[in-house]
Amino acid sequence: MIRMTLWLLGALLLGGIVHLATVLILPRMATQDAYARVSAIAPVNSVIAVPPPTPENALMPFMDPAFAVSVCRYDLSRAPLKFSVPISQAYTSVSFYTRSDVPYYAINDRAAGRRVIELDLMTAAQRAELPEDQDITAADRLIVTSPTTTGLIMIRALVPELGAVPAARNALAAARCRPQ
Amino acid sequence: MRLLFGTVFALAIAAAIGLGATWIALTRGTAYGGVTIGAWTAWPKSGTPGIDPYARAMVARTGDLPVGSGDGVAFYARADDAGLPLDGRCDVLVSGITPQARFWTMTLYNLEGRLVANSVQRQGFTSQEIIRKADGSFDVTVGPRARPGNWLPTGGVEKYLLVLRLYDTPIGMAARTGREAPMPSISKRACL
Repeated sequence: MIRMTLWLLGALLLGGIVHLATVLILPRMATQDAYARVSAIAPVNSVIAVPPPTPENALMPFMDPAFAVSVCRYDLSRAPLKFSVPISQAYTSVSFYTRSDVPYYAINDRAAGRRVIELDLMTAAQRAELPEDQDITAADRLIVTSPTTTGLIMIRALVPELGAVPAARNALAAARCRPQ
Repeated sequence: MRLLFGTVFALAIAAAIGLGATWIALTRGTAYGGVTIGAWTAWPKSGTPGIDPYARAMVARTGDLPVGSGDGVAFYARADDAGLPLDGRCDVLVSGITPQARFWTMTLYNLEGRLVANSVQRQGFTSQEIIRKADGSFDVTVGPRARPGNWLPTGGVEKYLLVLRLYDTPIGMAARTGREAPMPSISKRACL
């Protein structure tokens, strides 16, 4: 009886370990995560318009239908990236996600304070290589550090009412993400 | 022989418990750090690099991209104020005001996060479109049949959830109560 209880206790402990291990490993093993879904439609380092979600078709679950969305799947392994998007009339936001779909930075039109959201995206190593004087002279240059070499930039423009679709789409069509 | 039997038995139980617990955790949506106000729950931490491992695994499994905390916050409701699951065959009244935000949107999804087909192609409201009362509050009737005013059609689906997204809002991880963040009430009315 005691032996049985010990086996059971061991099994429970091992079960706990299996549970934690699977939860931690799952993000690395997922084949249908947002990055994989975007990879299917977007080449590296270019801005692609995401088709608006419909009941039949949506690139990702829980997309907000009130937004026009474009995406840039970036790869910083060769060079840092220059990103820019003109702001639309209502609300424009740019959100940055790591390779494992974790948001690490977001900026909106009001925080940018200009007609264009403009920034440089680089890895921590590339940032460390920047000449120091350049860092100072370009005080108004916004530099975002990406924790991973690849990831996603989601560019969203609010369509406050149906008539505003073309304006939002136009703003997003002018978005650029290019290696320097 | 006994040792072999014991090992196999223990391993089988461990696998069943471990995988079962993972499956339940990821399908039931049990992320930590939820902020619940009335019928609405948000996971503001999921919009930051501090996202917990469960939410991270869930995001990887579903293919969802959480709203970044610098962008906004998303509140989910799958039940009304009385705790009854939202039923698309009933009229549900969403009424009140929202926390301070530059824009908000309210959207109806099925439980898998897909939009729901309906005759008028309306899947949600933005703060710009909604018709308000004189005091600035609003009523949205969520239901299968057309209603005057703000009508959000359910397409007659059995279960659905509402997502209220606040954009450019000071509401974040600190908000805990309805006084800081007044969320609209959700109450069930007549059923088909």
